Amino acid sequence: MSELLNKIKETQLTGKGGASFPVFKKWQIVKDAKAKKKYVICNASEGEPGVEKDGYILEHFPERVINGIKLAIKEVDAEKAYIFLNRKYFKKYNKRLLVHIANSNIELFEKPHTGGYIAGEESSLINAIEGSRIEPSKKPPFPGEKGLWGFPTLINNVETFYDISLVSTDEYKNTRFYTLSGDCPWPGVYELSEDMTIGDVIYETKNFPKFDFFVQVGGGASGEVLNSKNLDREVGGSGSITIYSIKKHRPKELMKQWIKFFMDESCGQCAPCREGTYRLYEIIKSKNPNRHMFFSILEDLPESSFCALGRSVPVPLLSYFNNVLKNDPNFGLIFQDE
Amino acid sequence: MKEKIIKINNKNYEFKEGETILSVARRNGIEIPTLCEHPDLSVKENCRVCVVEVSGELGLSTACSTKAKPGMDIKTNSERVEKSRGLNLEMIFAEHIEKCADCIWRFECKLLKYAKDYNLLINTFEDRKGKRPTYKFKNAVELDSSQCIDCRNCVEACQLQGIDYLEIEGKGHKQEIVPTKDQRKHCILCGQCTLVCPVSAAQEQANWPEVEKLFKNDKKIVIAQFAPSVRVSIGEDFGLNHGEIVTEKLVSSLRELGFDYVFDVSFAADITTIVEANELIERIKNKGTMPMMTSCCPGWVNYVEYYNPELIPNLTSSRSPQIHGGGVIKTFWAEKMNVDPKNIAVVSIMPCTAKKYEASREEMAIKNQLPVDYVLTTRELSFMLKKNNIDLATIKESKADNPLGEYSGAGVIFGGSGGVMESALRTAQFILEGPKAQLTKKKLEFHDVRGLEDFKETSVSIAGVDLRIGVVNGIGNIKNIIPRLGDFDYIEVMTCPGGCIAGGGQPIPTTKEIVKKRIASLYTDDTKQKIRISAQNKGAMEIVQWLEKKNLTKKVLHTKYFKNLD
Repeated sequence: MSELLNKIKETQLTGKGGASFPVFKKWQIVKDAKAKKKYVICNASEGEPGVEKDGYILEHFPERVINGIKLAIKEVDAEKAYIFLNRKYFKKYNKRLLVHIANSNIELFEKPHTGGYIAGEESSLINAIEGSRIEPSKKPPFPGEKGLWGFPTLINNVETFYDISLVSTDEYKNTRFYTLSGDCPWPGVYELSEDMTIGDVIYETKNFPKFDFFVQVGGGASGEVLNSKNLDREVGGSGSITIYSIKKHRPKELMKQWIKFFMDESCGQCAPCREGTYRLYEIIKSKNPNRHMFFSILEDLPESSFCALGRSVPVPLLSYFNNVLKNDPNFGLIFQDE
Repeated sequence: MKEKIIKINNKNYEFKEGETILSVARRNGIEIPTLCEHPDLSVKENCRVCVVEVSGELGLSTACSTKAKPGMDIKTNSERVEKSRGLNLEMIFAEHIEKCADCIWRFECKLLKYAKDYNLLINTFEDRKGKRPTYKFKNAVELDSSQCIDCRNCVEACQLQGIDYLEIEGKGHKQEIVPTKDQRKHCILCGQCTLVCPVSAAQEQANWPEVEKLFKNDKKIVIAQFAPSVRVSIGEDFGLNHGEIVTEKLVSSLRELGFDYVFDVSFAADITTIVEANELIERIKNKGTMPMMTSCCPGWVNYVEYYNPELIPNLTSSRSPQIHGGGVIKTFWAEKMNVDPKNIAVVSIMPCTAKKYEASREEMAIKNQLPVDYVLTTRELSFMLKKNNIDLATIKESKADNPLGEYSGAGVIFGGSGGVMESALRTAQFILEGPKAQLTKKKLEFHDVRGLEDFKETSVSIAGVDLRIGVVNGIGNIKNIIPRLGDFDYIEVMTCPGGCIAGGGQPIPTTKEIVKKRIASLYTDDTKQKIRISAQNKGAMEIVQWLEKKNLTKKVLHTKYFKNLD
């Protein structure tokens, strides 16, 4: 095993895109794959509300990110790497990144305007680069076995490549980037120890509210909702915390907003997600929402959706019900007529 | 090695390497509903109706895409499965505006079947696509967006044809299958999209209502003429075996339905062969434009007119069998029967959607009358029969009307890829070498042009002339051949892979496996015929001579093609 791979294994580094997959395993799969060509992709698609840390890293540490990508190219013996950037980041950082890329085999790829949130999902991202319709493909095969143009492809998040660069020079200090947003005085991106609890992060960044609140962690759409008594756990995932004032947010509006996000971002491929998100939105919009149907659809989505987008629809909604609205007999006046 | 056994609903079943759960279940008579699944297309697993419970898996698994693994414990009808499958179906029902009353798919509709089988409501949700348009392609094919369930099979079928005319626009619930805006692409009306649509959103433009009206018109003599390939396919719609030959049952059914006369297009195909073989011989002798290319497939003619108009001189000037048939009925037969052709209505029963357009082309008119008034697909006819409680499977057999009823085996094989070529070669050989050509089976059958390969090429020697032959099976393969035209003297092109037996108007399902059975039956039917060379069909020869005497040859037997500018 190479020195770098050994270090990655020892630090137990996990991916910072959201799924927290062990980096060592991902790299090993692509490294071991026997193929004529291999590719590396840096995922800077960042498309969920409340997550902004990749942009922050590109702004402040582009050389570290590029260095991490170069290490990956070398480690898995890739022909070339792509940095898949959302449109905002492409506009903002492409010149700076090109300076650091210099003569290496790294190409910038701007997310097509039809890309949306789903373009950040690995197989959708590959489809985007290949010029196909941007939506998830069937897995297996996973990108590590058969990715871009059918070749083994290593896909990691911006922050992961940043981490790799630090690991290679023994400067990795088990920190990670947290995005704070919502009803708080100091929103922004902070680098803090990765094992901090949600409560500590909010407190440390001087964002701890004096009002009644709840939080959503791991993305402002698909993230889990927790009340102010559930804050004694690690943030995990993509490291985002969105703070909501209970007074300020009407439950129905909030849920409408989450559902609309999923409905608009659904690729349309599978029936439960395409139809289910549409029907959920219809129900929540209606004067007399059908509670039974609402929960039936939420139950069906993780059962039969094609990809993680559809499967994650119930996460914010059900956790909001269970952790915040549970003590409210009217479920925040949503299903008042039943 | 672990045994290749899975458990489905508490019973053990063996599976083959690489087999899906769906395949194992079907092989053992366990029903799992499917909508987007089609054996000849990629596995899309997008309808999520075939979900099953696999122990140890977090969510449900799609049976169409999940490979069986040793020890898997599968439930196809658990409460979990029923809940999810039922809801997915009900949401899909609400994508499809029910137009059942005049839908030709009514008797085969899976949506209605599943609603009944699983005790579901088709109106749990409000229909959401009511305002979506219907896209009409000429007078042949249509895509009714208000009935589409987003399975995308039509898009793939169109891609496989190399036409790529249908596209997915938008995403999520706004997604819609639309004709491309790319001006360089054109629908050639092959109807392969209609064959793979599970809910008849992509379908033929129906002509059965007009035909029903004809039956009520006492002044009209209404004549049916049916294509060679329909005899080996329509039985499937009535529960008979794939490829079962039902010629005489079909004739009786057509009579029962109300047609005054029933003619067999195989006879007209003999005329087509005679015209085409003579043209081939003439082109060779007079050094005409080569290679000569067949033109009896209207999808292919559309393709040439749109995409490769420079090939128009290569197309044989011979009209297609249905147009020959209609023309002969309205001239020769009308005179013989002493009826005014204006009082004759000819209805073709075709395996094809593009034939609807071919029949309506103005240049086909003979004395201001189109040879064929209406074209019904095989599916439309099945629908009409079922609607009128006529069971083709059990009806008493009868023979088609003379003189257009006698046909050669060469006329029958027109229905399969390579068939037109083989027919023409038999007749060319007969004309050039004389009656000895029929002596041996070896000289009669051209096996190199048969089969389902994408492209078949061979060379044959007829009367000392070596002919280089090519057969394009499926329009998706044409692009590879066009740069090589100089290598050939005679090329057959069929738009639908397999030929007319897999045409866009054939019964659903039409799959590669089923097509093999239909094609085998055509060749069986060929060997059963008394004559197997079109030029030996005395009736056909007599009509060709009669037309010549009446100076009608050009009008009834030949046609022109035009560069298509729309």
